[in-house]
Parts: sequence; C-alpha cells; structure tokens
Amino acid sequence: MQNNGYLEMKLLRFTTAGSVDDGKSTLIGRLLYDSKSIFEDQLEAVEEASRSRGNEEVNLALLTDGLRAEREQGITIDVAYRYFATPKRKFIIADTPGHIQYTRNMVTGASTADLAVILVDARHGIMEQTVRHSCIASLLRIPKVVVAVNKMDLVDFDSKVFDDISAAYTAMINKNGLEFKDVIFIPMCAKDGDNVVSRSELMPWYSGPSLLEHLEQVEIPGGDADSMRFPVQYVIRPISRQFPDFRGYGGRIAQGIIRVGDSIEVLPSGSKSTVTGIWLGEKQKEQAVAGESVCITIKDDIDISRGDVIASDSGVKPSMSNDFVLDVCWLRTSPLVCGKRYTIRHATQEVAGIVKEIEYKLDIDKQEKVYDIEQLTANDIARVHLKTAAPLVFDAYRDNRTMGSLIFIDGTNDTVGAGMIVESYD
Amino acid sequence: MSLNQLTHLNELEAESVFILREVAAQFEKPCILFSGGKDSIVLTYLAYKAFYPAKIPFPLVHIDTGHNFPETLVYRDELVKRLGADLVVGSVQKSIDEGKVVEEKGFNASRNKLQTVTLLDTLAGHKFDCACGGARRDEEKARAKERIFSHRDEFGQWNPKNQRPELWNIFNAKKDPGEHFRVFPISNWTEMDVWQYIYQEKIELPSLYYTHMRKCFYRDGQWLAADPDFIPRRPEEVVEEREVRCRTIGDVTCTGLTLSHAHSLEEIIDEIASTRVTERGGRADDKRSETAMEDRKKQGYF
Ligand SMILES: Nc1nc2c(ncn2[C@@H]2O[C@H](COP(=O)(O)OP(=O)(O)O)[C@@H](O)[C@H]2O)c(=O)[nH]1
Ligand SMILES: [Mg+2]
Repeated sequence: MQNNGYLEMKLLRFTTAGSVDDGKSTLIGRLLYDSKSIFEDQLEAVEEASRSRGNEEVNLALLTDGLRAEREQGITIDVAYRYFATPKRKFIIADTPGHIQYTRNMVTGASTADLAVILVDARHGIMEQTVRHSCIASLLRIPKVVVAVNKMDLVDFDSKVFDDISAAYTAMINKNGLEFKDVIFIPMCAKDGDNVVSRSELMPWYSGPSLLEHLEQVEIPGGDADSMRFPVQYVIRPISRQFPDFRGYGGRIAQGIIRVGDSIEVLPSGSKSTVTGIWLGEKQKEQAVAGESVCITIKDDIDISRGDVIASDSGVKPSMSNDFVLDVCWLRTSPLVCGKRYTIRHATQEVAGIVKEIEYKLDIDKQEKVYDIEQLTANDIARVHLKTAAPLVFDAYRDNRTMGSLIFIDGTNDTVGAGMIVESYD
Repeated sequence: MSLNQLTHLNELEAESVFILREVAAQFEKPCILFSGGKDSIVLTYLAYKAFYPAKIPFPLVHIDTGHNFPETLVYRDELVKRLGADLVVGSVQKSIDEGKVVEEKGFNASRNKLQTVTLLDTLAGHKFDCACGGARRDEEKARAKERIFSHRDEFGQWNPKNQRPELWNIFNAKKDPGEHFRVFPISNWTEMDVWQYIYQEKIELPSLYYTHMRKCFYRDGQWLAADPDFIPRRPEEVVEEREVRCRTIGDVTCTGLTLSHAHSLEEIIDEIASTRVTERGGRADDKRSETAMEDRKKQGYF
C-alpha cells in the first residue's frame, strides 16, 4: 500500500473568521481544490450551480455553503465542516459565517480550533467584525492565528497595503490586550490561489510561507503534562461471568498522562487510590495521554460516578468552587438575565447556576468596556459573576479548555451561552 | 514525552468513543442505526470498544427496505450474535402493506424515501429517544452543516436554520417529551479515515466491499446490480457480468457498483486515494436535486 505512512498523520483543526465577503468560503474552496480534495462530481455540481446563478466564474464558496438558504442568499449562515489531507497532515476546517447575527456560529467553530485564519479584505482593512472575531479568537484561546490579507489582486499586489494592514492589526491586538502569542500575516488572493497552496510570483516582496505550508508545519502546544485530568463520563460494569467484579471508569483524558501504578485523587471527595488498569476495547495499555478515551480501573473500592474528576496526586491540583469569574459569549436573542436560573454543563457535570452580576460587556465597535449592564443579548461578550448550586471541579480556561469551559442551557432546553472560567470569585 | 502525539485515527477514535459514552450517559433509550454499510459497521465497532468489557448498552436498529444484498443480512446477523447485541428490524415492506406509504413506480423507483416513515415509526414504537447514525460530514453538503447531537422535533424534523450551538465537546441532550435526537459519532471522519481505520483495526467487512463477479447493468453513468434483481430494466439495458465492488452499501436500488480489481484493504485504500468521484456520486437518491439531502433531512431522514 502506497499510503502506509498516511496512517501516522496528525490532525489540525482550524477555523476561518473575518467580515462578510472577505473571502472565507472562497479560501476554503481554494484549499480543497488545490489540494485535490474536490472530486469531479462535486466540482461539476458547483460549476452547474454557479452557471445557474449567472456567475461567470466558478464560485468556490458554493462548495461549503451547502444549505438552501445559504445558496439563495449567497452567504454563510451556519458552520460547515470540511476535510482535507496532504501527505503531511490532515485538516478539519470549520467555515464560519461573517454576519454579526451569526457570530454565535463563529464561536461554535472556534471552540475546537487549534488555529484561526482571520481574513481581511485588502481594500477595506480592519472592520468591526475583524475586531469582534479577533476578540473571540483570543477569548476562546485559539493557540495560533494567521491574518490573511486577501484580495491583494484588487490593490495591485501592493506591499504597502499589506504592511499597513499588518501594522494596524498589531496595534489593534495591543489596544484590546488580545492574548495572541503567535500571529503571522500572509498576503493572499484566495480567488486565484496566490499564497494559498504555493507561493505567489505576483508578490515577490513577501518571503514567508504560503498558508498551506504554514498549516502543515505549525506546532500546537500541549497542556501541562504533569497534572493529569480525567473527568469521569460513564461507569462501566459488565456484570458478566467473565468479568463479575469489573468496575471501570470511562472518560477522555483532558490533560497529562495516566500510567498504571500512578497515584490518583478523586474530586470532589478527595479519596485517593492507584491506577490498576487502562483499557480501550479488548486491549490493555500501560499508559494513555491527553486526548485519548479510555476505561480505567483503580485499586480501591471508592464511590466514583459521572461528574467526578480523577486527577494525578502530583502536579497542580484542580480547583473547586461554586463562585466564578466568567467570560461569557451570549448566543441567543433571549437575554441573559441576572438572577435567572440556568442549567450549567461543565465537563461531565451538570448543575444549576445563576449570574449574580454583569461586571462589564465589551463594546467591540468602540473597543472599550461598558459597565452597569443588566442584561446580555445575542452575540454579546461580557465578564460576569456566576454562582452554581454545587461546586465544580475545574481549571481556569486559559490552562485547560475542557476543564475551564461551560455552557448555559435555559428552560427551553436550548444552549444559550458559552462560558470560560477565569478564576474562582472571592 | 511530548503530548499531542495521537495520530489522526486515534484522535478520531477517541472523539467518537467520547460521543458514544455521552449518548449512554445522557439518553434513556438510545439505539444505533445499522445499515450494513461500512460506516455503521465502524460505528458499531467503536461502540463495542467504548463499553468493553460490558456489552453495548443499546440495541442495533436496521431499517430494512426489503431490497437487500443477501450478504448484508448474513453479516448483520453474525455481528449481532458475536456482540451479544439486541437487533430491532423496522420493515419498509410492512409500512407499505399497512398503507402508511405508497411505493414509487417506474424505472428509478426506490424505497429510500419511504424509509423515513418506517424509521420514525420504529423509533416511536420502541420509544427510542436517540438514534446514532454513521453519517459523515464529508459525504454531503447538508451533512457538513449538521451538529453531532442533532435535535429533532416531535415529527422527527431537522431545522437547519436554528440548530443548537455546539461548543467544545459539551453536548446538550435536553429535550421535551416526544422529541428525540440523532447523534453522529463519526461526523468528523472522511471516507479515507474509515478505510484506514478498518485496515488498522482489521475489521471484518461484508464480502460486497471486495471485488467480485456480479451481474449488473449500466444506467445514467453508473453500474447497478441485476443480482439480486430488484430494479426494473429498460429494454436496451443489457445485463453483463462484471468485476465490481461496492464503495458504499445501501439498499440495492440505490447502490452504485464500482468497476474494480481491489481484492484487499490495501488495494481498496490505494483505489480510493486515486479516485476522482465521491462515494455518493454513485447514489441515485442525491442526484434528484441540488438540495435533495437537506430536504429529506427536514422531513426526518437519517
Ligand atoms: N478579486 C477577488 N475576489 C475575491 C477573492 N476572494 C474572494 N473573492 C470574492 O469575494 C466574494 C465573497 O467571497 P466569499 O468567499 O463568499 O466570502 P465570505 O463571506 O468571507 O465567505 C466572492 O464574490 C468571491 O469571489 C480574491 O482574492 N480576489
Ligand atoms: Mg462564507
């Protein structure tokens, strides 16, 4: 088999962001097309659909804008997931909408991303949505950011336009205190593929990598390896002749490494024990690392159920509290009301919660904080004080996404808000 | 040792196992939709791994159009026996006999659309509140948009314009009585991932996936099975014996056959790496209109 090496590839999840019409869907179409991930029948369907809409050129955005309403209106409404692979890496892309009323869908796409490609139209420079999406990318701690200055063909591939936008973007990062450790800028023409897969000859003044080269090489940092976190998802008890007394804990390792023989502490109870086995399917393993789903067994017969967290007895311990400073992105038009009861889901736990107070909300347009707020509505980003009916075992979101993220569910069962724990409130 | 060292297959597997355990934890009566296709086989295999050494804590449901390749049924029954799983069969023929649906007529008649009614009846009859399916987002553009936990109203309908936000790996399975969910644990897998995983894990497949001689005929750019003989043929459509295999298996009437020499998984993976059409390119049901899948899903399809 020629593709044997391909079994050993790593996965990179990234998302696109930026204002409407900056070229997000076109860029993804271009990446898929140039990496030969588009099949003939898909291309024929897109050609046919472009023609029937009177477009002169093939509209690659139609590859991701799959819903009827999106195709009719020529915009992206909901997140679309697309997949492609090169011999070096495998990619999952979340193509997200640029319209302000669909910001929540951008948040959805960003929540699992390792990297964000933020597009800027070279003619228009930084827009309100560019700032909004950059704030969200920072808030959601997307580890890596690429700013793609797109439509360079419409500004004669002028290096000054690119330099000015790069400088303005850097100023915007500093002004807003965005937490980007690693930002790179790439001048691009998504429509024709310049600097998308291969480096463009039309911009000899640019010496950096093409977008794809960067995506193939970029390293995504792992979490704290010494402080293991294992939120218990499901208790596995076969009660069969072969396994009469088996009691295992199913879950996905949120951080660190588990090894057979490790000392562990179960929270919130504080009971301690030792790992005796790590299973997945019929196979037993000596160790498992962050990201793996396994079933673990422990030495002592202690009460552990869904919602508990098993942590290593060394390193940094998770925190416990029922009072939090929380960054919130509100997702629905029904407002966040202080004092209203919500269901909070955090890792594998579920508790009731109330927002006691809104500390401030971000005015993205003016790039400043607004105080004395009573309610939040769709797409608002704010810092609040949350109180829960029972303590949560957590880490700050900045240290671990799984242990620091939560969602708000209201009485209609809908997911209405996304929260990121800053610290416990005291 | 460095973290973040999982291969893409291990990471996809871990994500799917996590989702299946969330299903077991959050629903009262979930099931797995088992079509006999490779995706539902991989899904079932993942469920086996997720709960081992316990049995899969929910039954397999097969919506049977009556137009099966016999190999699919043999495989299904052996698998159920091996896993010690429960099997529920919903019969489209029965829905037809009871007058709940009317069979399509003509040369392109298919029971694919009728399945929706049988599926919804079966879910309601057994009070299933969640049906896990093996659909993948790379298969089709409407599927590319669907959530992993996809909420359905009392009529089983999907509302693409107002899906619940789905953030991080936090899944919200809350619903009102009578509503249910479709959950797609292998949403993020591609066709290639599925084949590589089958290879890596040495998963046994129905023989239909490997090349074999079969009586078939050519229509609208694709080969269709004349054996078993479920599709009415036009006079000019001649039956020939060809070396073919299935890339995806559904009901006989909508399963395109690929001319192939691939006898092994290695050969299949090489063949897929070089192929230039999607697997659904061979599915007659998708070609009916540009948004055929979205329209069927809104009505309650898988
Ligand atoms: N001239 C030019 N037009 C582009 C470029 N990239 C995208 N476009 C066009 O910009 C419009 C909006 O693109 P689309 O991908 O739908 O933007 P989105 O809203 O960010 O997804 C379409 O008409 C594209 O053809 C580019 O690099 N150059
Ligand atoms: Mg778009």
